[in-house]
Amino acid sequence: MEKSKLSDPFEKARLEKGFGEMNDQNDPVTMLLRLKDVRKGAHNWKAFQSGAEPGRIVVPSEVNIRDVRQIPFEVDPPEHKSYRDLVEPWFKRPLEDAYKEKLTAQISEIVDEMLSKDTVEVVSGFSLRLQSRALTLLLNTSYEEAETWISWGTHVFRSEGEALDGDKANILYDYIDAQIDKAIDNPGNDLYSKLIASEVNGKKLTKEEIKGVMILTFAGGRDTVINAVTNSIAYFAEHPESLERIKNEPEITGKAVEELIRYFAPLTHMGRVVTKDTQVCEHAVKADARISLCWASANRDASVFENPNEIVLDRKLNPHVSFGFGTHNCLGATHARQIMKILLETLANKVKSIDIIDFKENIEDLDQFERKVGYDSIHVKFNSL
Amino acid sequence: MAKITFITTDNESITLEGTSGSVMQLAVDNDIPGIDGDCGGVCSCATCHVHVKPEHMEKTGMASEIENDMLELDDNVNEYSRLCCQLEISDVLDGVELQVAERD
Repeated sequence: MEKSKLSDPFEKARLEKGFGEMNDQNDPVTMLLRLKDVRKGAHNWKAFQSGAEPGRIVVPSEVNIRDVRQIPFEVDPPEHKSYRDLVEPWFKRPLEDAYKEKLTAQISEIVDEMLSKDTVEVVSGFSLRLQSRALTLLLNTSYEEAETWISWGTHVFRSEGEALDGDKANILYDYIDAQIDKAIDNPGNDLYSKLIASEVNGKKLTKEEIKGVMILTFAGGRDTVINAVTNSIAYFAEHPESLERIKNEPEITGKAVEELIRYFAPLTHMGRVVTKDTQVCEHAVKADARISLCWASANRDASVFENPNEIVLDRKLNPHVSFGFGTHNCLGATHARQIMKILLETLANKVKSIDIIDFKENIEDLDQFERKVGYDSIHVKFNSL
Repeated sequence: MAKITFITTDNESITLEGTSGSVMQLAVDNDIPGIDGDCGGVCSCATCHVHVKPEHMEKTGMASEIENDMLELDDNVNEYSRLCCQLEISDVLDGVELQVAERD
């Protein structure tokens, strides 16, 4: 039962000091590791801002590959609210029945395809394709667009060596520019057209602002969803009894989704820039330094979660922070939750078992810590019910 | 069977009847504005925040430590705050009045 395990590399530092230190391209990061501190840090947007130089709150920093501000992600209150209010209803569409039906059809089709094959490489053959197709629903764009996004590979910012890759980022930015121009010429019912027609505080969004929302939409939900889906497949491969339980007790599916997302914490941490000299865990941090809110560590905080390193499918109290917390909580969470819920229902009703054939783990290098976040590749065989 | 009254942020009063499940689920199933229940009721999202009518606190009881930790960072918290995903519907709740909290 070790192949699907994601260990907690932060435990010692979390208990002893409450923070970790990471150097990232000579712009160091103090990582907050305890759930309460992470929540407080996320809540306190005045002291720990997101509206810093574009790309700087991301770890590893993207300042060298991006000038466009992601919106509403890299904007703080009070400006944040107008942008968030504008996009929020669109990002709640995954709750609508018609959306759910289309997503169910997509996931059902790809699971059937997996069942018809001998072996499958899950990351590129399943998760990336599922994520890209589902994104056509979130953008309300044509299904065929997914093929383009699939061809970009698993991370739009990163190449094989995980290094930041400006060329790859440009592929996305150029693509988005072209799509915005297309929607200006031929408005439709997609997210681009919606943003082009929108106003914030009485002013039309600029192309730069539209691009900022679109980059966030593409980048924020790509490797995170891929990790969540791939890790779920690995988990169910080692726990066929959990699939059977979800089939027999479908009412626990929502709780199972939250628990898997807590355990996987598909995004390890997110940074903030300190606005004035202050302290975190009795450790001085200076103005203009960076901290990060380590969701992955907070989710294993034993002072809050019983048996934090176990997946308890029907965990009832689960105040995890995998979707962040407070003002800047994840805009795509509704879409991500719907993908996971439908994926679990579909697997439970179609799949008897999954055999892992071989795998290569994706280990993040966080300087002081090494964290498995998912898989570079994992070959499996799906067996039908 | 319990009758539960929600007062929305627009001061509209809506009374619903429930027999089981959480108060949050009852509210979401009936589209009570301001109660989203994004996390499905595991105390992770704080999108089901209500203020219990002071004289009805006996019916609901106090928030747990985990629930309080979520609430204390909400700008609209007060001593009558509860996350209604943590309120199980039973006869004890009959007649309770819940004011939907403003969002930050």
